[in-house]
Amino acid sequence: MGKILVIAEHDGKKLNSATARAVSCAHAIGGDIDIAVFAGDAAAIADAAAKLQHVKRVLKIERAENAHQLAAVLAPQIVKLASGYSHVLIPSTTFGKDVLPRVAALLGVQQVSDVMNVVDATTFVRPMYAGNAIVTVKAPAEPCILATVRTASWQEAGTGGSAEITSASTDAAIPSHTRFVELNAQQSDRPDLQSAPRVVSGGRGVGSKENFEIIYKFADKLGAAVGASRAAVDAGFVPNDLQVGQTGKIIAPDLYVAVGISGAIQHLTGIKDARTIVAINKDPDAPIFQVADIGLVGDLFKILPELEQELDKLK
Amino acid sequence: MTYDVVVVGAGPAGLACAIRLKQLSPDKTVCVLEKGSQVGAHILSGCVMEPAPLDELLPEWRKTPPAICVPAAKDEFVLLTRTGRLRLPTPPQMNNHGNFIVSLGSLCAWLATQAEALGVDVFPGFPAAAPLIEDGKVIGVRCGDMGLEKDGTPGPNFAAGVDIHAGVTVLAEGCRGSVSKRLIREFKLDADRSPQTYGIGLKELWQLPPGRAKPGLIQHSIGWPVDSKTYGGSFIYHLDNDRVYVGFVIGLDYENPDFMPFEAFQQFKHHPSVKALLEGGEIVSAGARALAEGGIQSLPKLEMPGAMLVGDAAGTLNVPKIKGVHTALRSGMLAAEHLAAHGSSEGFDAFWRSSASAKELHKIRNIRPGFHKGLWVGLLNAALETITFGKLPWTLRNHNDWQSLKKQGDNLAAAEDYVARTLPPRDRLASVYFAATTHDEHQPAHLKVPDTSICVGRCVTEYANPCTRFCPAQVYEMVEENGVKRLQINAANCVHCKTCDIKDPYENITWTTPEGGSGPNYQNL
Amino acid sequence: MKIIVGIKRVVDYSVRVQVKKDGSGVETSGVKMSINPFDEIALEEALRIREKGTQAEVIAVSIGPGDAQQQLRTALAMGADRAILVETADAIQPLMAARIFHELVKRENADLVILGKQAIDDDSNQTGQMLAALWDRPQATFASRVELKEQTLTVTREVDAGLETIAVDLPAVVTTDLRLNTPRFVKMPDIMKAKSKPLATIKLDELGIAAAPTLQAVRFAPPQQRAGGHKVADVPALVAALKDKGVL
Repeated sequence: MGKILVIAEHDGKKLNSATARAVSCAHAIGGDIDIAVFAGDAAAIADAAAKLQHVKRVLKIERAENAHQLAAVLAPQIVKLASGYSHVLIPSTTFGKDVLPRVAALLGVQQVSDVMNVVDATTFVRPMYAGNAIVTVKAPAEPCILATVRTASWQEAGTGGSAEITSASTDAAIPSHTRFVELNAQQSDRPDLQSAPRVVSGGRGVGSKENFEIIYKFADKLGAAVGASRAAVDAGFVPNDLQVGQTGKIIAPDLYVAVGISGAIQHLTGIKDARTIVAINKDPDAPIFQVADIGLVGDLFKILPELEQELDKLK
Repeated sequence: MTYDVVVVGAGPAGLACAIRLKQLSPDKTVCVLEKGSQVGAHILSGCVMEPAPLDELLPEWRKTPPAICVPAAKDEFVLLTRTGRLRLPTPPQMNNHGNFIVSLGSLCAWLATQAEALGVDVFPGFPAAAPLIEDGKVIGVRCGDMGLEKDGTPGPNFAAGVDIHAGVTVLAEGCRGSVSKRLIREFKLDADRSPQTYGIGLKELWQLPPGRAKPGLIQHSIGWPVDSKTYGGSFIYHLDNDRVYVGFVIGLDYENPDFMPFEAFQQFKHHPSVKALLEGGEIVSAGARALAEGGIQSLPKLEMPGAMLVGDAAGTLNVPKIKGVHTALRSGMLAAEHLAAHGSSEGFDAFWRSSASAKELHKIRNIRPGFHKGLWVGLLNAALETITFGKLPWTLRNHNDWQSLKKQGDNLAAAEDYVARTLPPRDRLASVYFAATTHDEHQPAHLKVPDTSICVGRCVTEYANPCTRFCPAQVYEMVEENGVKRLQINAANCVHCKTCDIKDPYENITWTTPEGGSGPNYQNL
Repeated sequence: MKIIVGIKRVVDYSVRVQVKKDGSGVETSGVKMSINPFDEIALEEALRIREKGTQAEVIAVSIGPGDAQQQLRTALAMGADRAILVETADAIQPLMAARIFHELVKRENADLVILGKQAIDDDSNQTGQMLAALWDRPQATFASRVELKEQTLTVTREVDAGLETIAVDLPAVVTTDLRLNTPRFVKMPDIMKAKSKPLATIKLDELGIAAAPTLQAVRFAPPQQRAGGHKVADVPALVAALKDKGVL
């Protein structure tokens, strides 16, 4: 049986849901699961972490330097804490990608990045070449295994657990060469296309720049980012930076709604890792339906307003 | 920058010229410009190569053969009907004993390393955009600008194209080169010649389930799916490691504006005998390229002050053999030999015309034009020309491909007997995907259509916009917005085949060089 | 100051990567190879620091086969002052790469190392962080803006929550994100100049670095093809299906 340490991701106040996905991966490996919360004030975050299923203990490591999640500050502390664990996991977010390799180098461990699947306690599946090749790798078990967890591949662990919360401290020396200055949260009304959990994209079928309003409107209703196929970009409906696909952005949202997009292979390569794809198109033979989890054939100008009404009913 | 010789195009003709020149005159400075992101990226050919010129140029080549190089084993020539297959005797020109199936792209990549080892500067990613002419003499070329915005203004990373001055400019751009085209017009090199006539070749590399491919087998077909009025035929070349090349060549003098070369190729793949071979396999790469079919009567004068034409930029392809690589290599070598001996382009035309290559092309000059009267007359004429060794006292003329289209309602042939398709690619966009073509989308469209009023006006009624069908990459689309039609140019799809520049019935499309490194990235084609 | 920039030779982004039939790796024969795009951005940033007036020598470093000289020549043509190739036929994993860079950093007494945030072949996203750890110096990963003032770098980082700004003291490691800059085009005269710039080749075993632990690749596979789901009849059915999937 393994003993697994999951490093919590948070914004100083709330636990980030990516942590719960890393816990699912830890559970797949099997063993006792502890969560470490490094923060200035970890109380609320630790409470949330303790509710996650499968978690045995939550360790609070509270010190003023931990208020901001700087890799150079956290890494030496994690190194100390990692002793005795068979695995250290962290979500493969910008936070996890920043911190864990620094820990791995200090421990002399070759890290496994972006675990999609667990074969056994030392064998993992991960993507390479932007997901165009999937490789199974075996990692040396000693001294321990460090891995980042590809969040899109794992469901969040459920809540309802009640792990023990304890305080921990390490005597790690904290460097002063790295200093937090500020964080500018995205101010845009719409989420960023690259990282949004929901994306609505329009294609040539939308018909014109003016008609694209209907896509924006529907996306706002869903709280989604807006994307487009190359055909829509080439036709001048939307700017180039909204393009999803081979020559545009490659994205992996939880929900992708393709509206009036035929589904050229160039577009599909940009959404192959989306969790759920919904296609709305008037052509029942459009190739998008071959990859969509849910398809609806019909006129988008009728369907979208109707869909908005239905969504209103849910609220 | 200044060189003794600048070669435009790193294909077989250009590289053979550069290599031979350095072998003969090591002190001459030579550079080769190539618009593809790397040598071979834009090169597509059948290709079964006659090895003699390469044996002469680089006798060691067989010791380090290019990535794909399979000795020819057996020839098959068949006539297809929709479901049937009739074995025909293999015409003597199509006997491939001693030849090699190669990837011309990988052969050229290898030739480029040989050229560099001899001191040639090879510049992939740098297209020659325009000739430099001074006092009636070509003095070099101007490379294309990099980093232009959509509207043609310089962007933040703009880098102006460099002028390359050279004593002699060797145009080795391949079929319908954009600089060659301008110079042929400027210097009237095609005066008194038959117009050049072209074909379009489409090709795919397939990885098959184990055991199906028979390495070295060379299969050609005529007949279905093209009607007897259209010149066209297929090739299947069996490689090692369960791979095959599958392709189709169609004369661009076809008449029916509704005809779609891409669809004809895909239909051919669904002939029962071909589908059985391909089914369950996967496409590795795909592409298309025009080829010059006019032969010696369409060959322009190969020299002008300060410059010369070699290979398919001139049109040295041997159509009955469906081979142009050996003649391209040879013309490049001859150009180098001429330059080494005389230092200028003057006299090259006569020198080439006295060569064995010219005799080879003279002998078969009437075979391709014989097919203007259809397949059956063409075959009979070909047999006659073959048994008389091309000694009959006439030369048949060629015609402009852009003038060959009939108008809508003008007695068009009945619809083809096409079948439902199941093999990939589903459509042209999917095919472009296998060409791995990329163009930075901030740049201006490199396909120039100066008068789009023709597209939404006359062309709709006269030909129903054939550009939307002859282009194998779906670059041209007629889009209707609020009841108004307009031409949309999806320039980023372009695979640089040049068909549009050749076949547009109003000569309204001009292919120009996009930003360096743009275009297809063919893999082992 | 001395700036070291990592230049990895990778399968070009435009290549459709194909997994070999026997699962032993991906097909690389006849495949176009290029500088890792994030490394091009790293080099561009180093050149811009130099061009803004900081006295700096820019050293391009690659670890790989002899053919990686092509990518280093391109780096020299872009403007690097000299290049070092650590030659090895083996595929090098991030920890080993970091140890090699660390050794070079010590030998060169570098002040700044700029690396791509990840290489587009193995997508590990580790080497820069690992180098910073071994070197015991700051790291500024996912940089989208870099400002140098005396011995301090102010770096804006693209993180999931937005744009984070940190200040780090030199020497330091920076890894680049896509929006940091747009690399310049290589100019033809500079390609010629690059031919005479120094390019040193060191065999990996001459560096005397202990071999790092490695992940062992068991098997490569192509990604699973998406199977289409089902079509629904109308909007209420669509909403029901979405609720079913737990995405609403």
